[in-house]
Amino acid sequence: MRWNSNLLVPVAALALCATGLAQTPRYNFGRAATPEEIRSYGVLVGPAGKELPPGRGSAKEGAPIYAQKCAACHGKNGEGTKVGPDVVGGKGTLASAHPVRTPGSFFPYATTIWSYIKSGMPANKPGSLSDDEVYALTAYLLSLDEIVKESDVLDAQSLPKVRMPNRNGFVPTVPVWPEAPAQRRQYP
Amino acid sequence: MSSKKSDRRRFLKASTALAAGALGAKSGLAAEAANEPKAGPRNYANLGERSRFVTTARKDDYLNRLYPSKKVTPLQDLMGIITPASLHFVANHSVPPDVDPREYRLLIHGMVDRPMTFTLDDLQRMPSDSRIYFVECNGNGAPGKHGMSTARPEKTTSENVQDIHGRTSCSEWTGVPLSVVLNEVGVQKGASWIVSEGYDSQKYSHSLPLSKAMDDVLLAYGQNGEPVRPEQGYPVRLLAPGFQGPESVKWLRQIKVVDEPYVTREEISMHSYLSPNLQGKARWFHFEMPPKSVILRPAMGQQLPGKGYYEITGLAWSGGGAIRRVEISVDGGRSWKDAKLQEPVLRFAHTRFRFNWTWNGEETVILSRCTDERGTVQPALAEFSKRLGAPKDFWRTSSVFHFNAIQPWKIERDGKVTDAMEL
Repeated sequence: MRWNSNLLVPVAALALCATGLAQTPRYNFGRAATPEEIRSYGVLVGPAGKELPPGRGSAKEGAPIYAQKCAACHGKNGEGTKVGPDVVGGKGTLASAHPVRTPGSFFPYATTIWSYIKSGMPANKPGSLSDDEVYALTAYLLSLDEIVKESDVLDAQSLPKVRMPNRNGFVPTVPVWPEAPAQRRQYP
Repeated sequence: MSSKKSDRRRFLKASTALAAGALGAKSGLAAEAANEPKAGPRNYANLGERSRFVTTARKDDYLNRLYPSKKVTPLQDLMGIITPASLHFVANHSVPPDVDPREYRLLIHGMVDRPMTFTLDDLQRMPSDSRIYFVECNGNGAPGKHGMSTARPEKTTSENVQDIHGRTSCSEWTGVPLSVVLNEVGVQKGASWIVSEGYDSQKYSHSLPLSKAMDDVLLAYGQNGEPVRPEQGYPVRLLAPGFQGPESVKWLRQIKVVDEPYVTREEISMHSYLSPNLQGKARWFHFEMPPKSVILRPAMGQQLPGKGYYEITGLAWSGGGAIRRVEISVDGGRSWKDAKLQEPVLRFAHTRFRFNWTWNGEETVILSRCTDERGTVQPALAEFSKRLGAPKDFWRTSSVFHFNAIQPWKIERDGKVTDAMEL
């Protein structure tokens, strides 16, 4: 069909331009980063969990770590204190007048919990927890909300598969402002 | 003290809040001044300081429960469109780092052909650009800051416009376009997002669409002609024009090019929000700041000394681009007239508006309403609430981000200006 092939020509040209633009360095500043160097920056973990390191932990192992390193700010049972927010509870409150947004009630992916504990907690000594401890603490928090069992082991394979109750609780902000949807840039 | 002198003091005190030229001058000292001022210093310091009579300053953000060092900008004292770096608002989510520029490294990796690190010198040797952009906290002016919400019982009440709206500032930012640096590392096919992380103690991180990163985002190292201030991300920060402040990651440590948003803790627990019309679901990745304007003189916390001429002035801005129009009502919204826009009117920048007004001394409500280049109009509170599906009394217990409802200021007969947002 001639009509179709004509349409494809500008599309192919655009694709060529895009690759041509993106590939060639022009200024040659900066230095190639070695794999060791990249590792030294720690991990940013996405929902797919691709970056999760080896290691493992269960709620049973997490309980004493929580008591020692987390309870002072987040409360004995995760109920929160003046200095640290609640990290447990809130099930079924999101549609109410007083929504409680804990990891268990609100977060769509368990990877977010792992990643934040790893990089940001405890607040007075961020980055000090081992990978095993972070797996165990994530399991412990999730077990208090009955999302995993006390004996469940979380690791790089099982953590991204944890089914969070609020997994489908988010909608993209499109359209943002209903007056002029056609002109609005659409961000996914 | 003679009674004449104390009358003069009272008058000066009353008018200080409105004196644009004074930038918060100390009225008591001014009262002592005769025609001949005392001699100043024989030589000025090499690093200049403002007049000792000028006292305008940031304030601590009173809604400051979990995070240290949150400060609000004294918008009511600003002139023109630029915020001095020393008055720029501050919102940090953990302990800020003290970065030695000689040790600074930015890592860019992920879905790229050549993972690389860049020193500050590397970044400063690449092609640069200077652009004037606002940065606004996504919670600026939120309902909870109007002193009506009971959602945060520990908070105190806003005293002035600074407390409510002082989480926006506007600077000339200098840096290398992020697109230039991404071109150096070679973004791979299939990449669609970047996730950026800071050097602060808890390694704040946020996701940004690659389309925005390749469009107009800066790796900024300059602010108003000098290096970016420590509290603004020294030595290098992201600057995502028109997007909510949280996207502009400070003390930039690494950028990873990826194929999905990374759903970081801050973007979930802090920067997404539940909305009544979504029945328990939340909006996420809410990027653009909506069009907003605020009258800054006269404004809450100020006192009009008496009837007569006033210049109504304030700022308008929009994440949708340039401000096209600002209208003023001095009769509680019954009639509207165009304000004069001060040049330059720039995309994603504060725009200064001015309006001549003679107050007759009667109680009234003054308001401003802006329209941006897309034709998007700043909504009244009723319209905002309707759009959100907010039930009656919703605002008594709830707050939302990206709140841009028209700000009404009530002028009482005694000249006192108060917040008339009926939440």
